[in-house]
Formats: sequence, C-alpha cells, structure tokens
Amino acid sequence: MKRESIKGLVQPDRVHRSVYTDPALFELEMDRIFGRAWLIVGHESQVPNPGDFFTTRMGREPVIVTRHTDGSVRVLVNRCAHRGARVCEAAAGTTREFVCAYHGWTYGTDGRLCGLPLPQGYERPPAESTGGGLASVPRVDIYRGFVFASLAAQGPTLADFLGPLRASFDDFVERAPEGAVEVAGGVFKHAYQGNWKLVLENHNDTVHPAFVHASSIWAAREQPAGEGAYSDIGVRQMLQNGAPWDVWENTGLWVAGYGHSWMGDYHDDRRLVAALEHPAFAEYRVALERRLGREGAARVLGERRFNSIVYPNCSFMSQFRQLRIVHPIAVDRTAVYAYSFRLKGAPEGMLRDTIAFSNVVNGTGSPILTDDLEVYERTQSGLGARRSDWVYLGRGHGQDVPDRGGALRGGTGTSEIHIRNQLAAWLEYMTAEA
Amino acid sequence: MAAATSVETRSEVEQFLYHEAWLLDHGRLDEWLGLFAADATYWIPLQASQSDPLTASSIVYDDRRLLEVRVRQFQHPRAHARMPAPRTVHQISNVHVLEAEGDELRVASTLVLLEYRHERQRVWGALVEHRLRRTREGLRIAAKRIDLVNSEAELDGIVCLF
Repeated sequence: MKRESIKGLVQPDRVHRSVYTDPALFELEMDRIFGRAWLIVGHESQVPNPGDFFTTRMGREPVIVTRHTDGSVRVLVNRCAHRGARVCEAAAGTTREFVCAYHGWTYGTDGRLCGLPLPQGYERPPAESTGGGLASVPRVDIYRGFVFASLAAQGPTLADFLGPLRASFDDFVERAPEGAVEVAGGVFKHAYQGNWKLVLENHNDTVHPAFVHASSIWAAREQPAGEGAYSDIGVRQMLQNGAPWDVWENTGLWVAGYGHSWMGDYHDDRRLVAALEHPAFAEYRVALERRLGREGAARVLGERRFNSIVYPNCSFMSQFRQLRIVHPIAVDRTAVYAYSFRLKGAPEGMLRDTIAFSNVVNGTGSPILTDDLEVYERTQSGLGARRSDWVYLGRGHGQDVPDRGGALRGGTGTSEIHIRNQLAAWLEYMTAEA
Repeated sequence: MAAATSVETRSEVEQFLYHEAWLLDHGRLDEWLGLFAADATYWIPLQASQSDPLTASSIVYDDRRLLEVRVRQFQHPRAHARMPAPRTVHQISNVHVLEAEGDELRVASTLVLLEYRHERQRVWGALVEHRLRRTREGLRIAAKRIDLVNSEAELDGIVCLF
C-alpha cells in the first residue's frame, strides 16, 4: 500500500473504517508501529534475580525477558537460531540456559549460543553462521521499574518517548511506602474479536460508561451498602461509572506526543480513593508518611489520575495499581493482559483492595469488562459494513487547549481528543520513511 | 478420599446438583440465587490450584452481594453482553462426597458445559467443588468453586453461570 493512499485514511475529525478492518494495513502496523515504538514488556519485579525469566510478545514477536548474570535485563527473540523452534515454553521461571527441544542448541540468559551437538560437522562455527545466538531486541530500557523494548535500532529515547506520561509512572511508584511496586496476584488474559485500537480508544472515553455499563450501574444501585464486605469496592466502582455528566465534562483529559494520553480522576468515593478519609487507608497513609512526611504523602495521594495510555500497547491505572498490555493477534483479534501490583511496604489490606478492584474491573468474568468486550465486537462487526466508510470523531474537535509540558487538554473531559491523537500518531508511524 | 456416605445422602446430593443445573439451564436465575446461603461465595479461580481468593485475582470471586448484582444485571434491557442470555447445557457427573462434617458436606463433581450465544458455541470443562449446608429449607450452597481447565488461557469475556 502506498504511503500517499494511507495519508487519506486519517482526517482531522474522522478515520476510514479500513484502519480497523484491513488485514494488509494490520500487517503494516506490525512493522511500522509495533516494529518501531517502545513497547512495554513487563516489570523488573518479574525478573528480580539473575537467571529469572518470563515469556511474552512484542506485537506478534515472541520474546523472552531475562535477568542476565551481569544483572542487566535482556529481551531475546524466542526462536532457535538453528531451525526456528521456540526455545522457551514456560511462562516464567529461573534457569542458567535455554535448551532447544529439537536439537539441543543451548543459549545463555543473554541469548549467546553456548553449546550444540556434533560441532565438528560444520565448515564454519555455527555461531558465526547464525548471528551468535538468539536474536536480541536492539533496545531495552527501564523507567521506574517498568521494562520497555523496541524492535528498532534507532528512534527516540524512552524518556523522550514517554514525555509527560513519565509522571503517571512516577505516580504509580511514589504511592508505595518503600517507593517500589511489584507484580502480584496473577495475570488476567482477556481477548476479544476486534481490532487492537478499540481498547486503547475506550480507556479514555468518558461518554461510554453511562451506556455500555448501564446494566451494572443499575444493578449496583439496587444493592444495599455493604461497608466492610469484600464486594464493597467492586460495587462502588460500578456506581462510579454512573457519575453524572458534569463530572465527566469536568474530568481532565490530556494528550501528548506519540499518541499517549491520560485522564484526571472522576472518583469521589472515600472507599476507592486513598486520598480521602476512610479508616482502611489510615495504616497505609502512616506507612507512606514515614518515607515522604505528612506533606509529601498528601501530595502523592492528592495526585488523581485514572487511565494513562502509552500508545500503542499499554494502559494503566496508577491510582488503582492496574496495568494492561495490549497484544494484537490479527486485524480483528486482540488479547489484553491485565496485571495487579503490590505497593511495597503497604499493609496487606491494600493488596486485597487491589485484587477486589481488579476482579471487577479487569476480570474476564467482570460485570463491567464483559460489556466493554461485547461493544468492541459489535464495533468490529459494524465496521465491516461497506456502505459507510467513515468513523466520526468530532466530539470536542477545535476546542483543545495547550497545557503545561507540551500537552494538549481536551476542551472538556468528554472530548474525543485522545482518539484523534492516537490516530495522528498512527498516521505518523505508518507514513514515515523507514 | 471419599467419605463413607449413605446411598440416601449420595442420592440427595446428586438430586440437588441436578436441580441446580436445571435452574441454570432454564434461566431461572433468581431461584438459582436462592440456593446460595447468605454467607456464600461463588468462585472461579484464575490460576490452577489457586489457594486464596483475596490476595490473587479470580475470573470471578463473588460474595452473595456481588452474586446478586451479577444475577440482577441479566434483567436490565441494556445488559449488552447478556442480551440475549447464553443458552446452556450443564452436564454434571462424577459426583463424589469428599467429606461430611457437622451440618456440611464437601462434594466434588465434574462439569461439561455447552454455551450458545450470538452464533457461537463454546465448550467449558471444570472440576467443581460445592460446600453444601443442611438447613431447615433443605441443602444450601455455602461455597462453590469452579476450576475451569482453561482458566489460565486467553479467554473471551465470560457471562454464563457455571
């Protein structure tokens, strides 16, 4: 597909439906977006010690993230240099080496080929003929414990790429009494029959809850209060989705370079927001004050962000210790992995809150999430209709306001500014000369 | 290890589980909810052999209150993922009283569930464990745990009740 014809697909307040439905464009996205951008692959706490590893994907590329013996984090392509089999099957573990099941080629945790059978059978040393071992991902960098990698040798630094979104990661980590977080409590892997962009567009969409989540809002409103019960937080989150329009209109919504965006907070529930008064948060607040002092803790807890999006594969809730990684599978198939985090040094009750919240917000059987997934599928299906070519994204267009640090703010919190911004980044990636 | 239980108890437990399945397969969700004790939990763990629902995530972990919200949600005209409600067939077998203590029985069973919705049929397999309590109204569910064989897989949204 010619770059000129791609340019016409994204216009100031609308996008062509093929951006969501064309398999050829999806293939290009895997090269030009997922093959270039910094992608989040996980968190340092998943590989605390030398030899630790976990497997994941960068776009569709299967990778192993390891902690090498020198203490550095490496990202290796999970493909034997010999015949191409995956060399690591486990989701996570600890090892000295990866041994291919097929012919026993053996690699270190830095990917270096360190053994193979019958070496005398080769004219040249196989390491020379195969690039030395497992292909390694050219760039790896870490911000506040979050591990990113890029399949491109060149491009912006991670710090430049993240820009003002660094503050969302700072918020995530500063909330921990020990100033560090760790992955805890298992990983949800939910999937839907729709394009990968739909989930990122939804996470800063503040008009959808009243409609998509109408049934869980209604069911929660019928429910008597249950202070102290496990379910209390989940029911309260359902109720928060039913906030009145003026709350959503007044919520902050900011966008930055490379397609990123973040939302201010719409929560005012004392049981959900640790900055508000509730006995459950008292012990946590004391622990946080030990590191930051009273004012410092108040400043950290006073930071109120909801979803932050790092385009093209990450969406997280710093305030609620949730992070989601988006894995495109096909033009109409996507998996999303949702992780919970423990605030190091916080009382165990904070992790219990995180889990109770996670089950209801990110759980595969969640009364909230299942309605989002249903709507992504209906959108994907509707976009297959050929009589209409355009998706309209005009809400708030022309009302953006320049803000600090080069960010733009939506005229109101219900603007579709974040979707226009994501598609502007999409167009830049897709039409840039390699 | 199976507990030594009488033929009458085994028969009573089987009838209870079949009745529970019948209520679900006929959309009688309020009556199904009525089988759960006030302090009941309904749990679909995320991880194989998961031991704790409070410090690790679950595909579903509902106390009675959240289970009521879940069932009520089906009645709303804009419950998008539940409209139409999935049609199901619960096939229960290998019913096995594991333990009888006081007024409670711990019962294992296997479940094969066919689910149909929106031109799509899904098949679920699960090891199920009920904790059943004898009350004046008959047996009631004090806890139900459903271990899906594919709980750790990449899964589309789950709205059917197991």
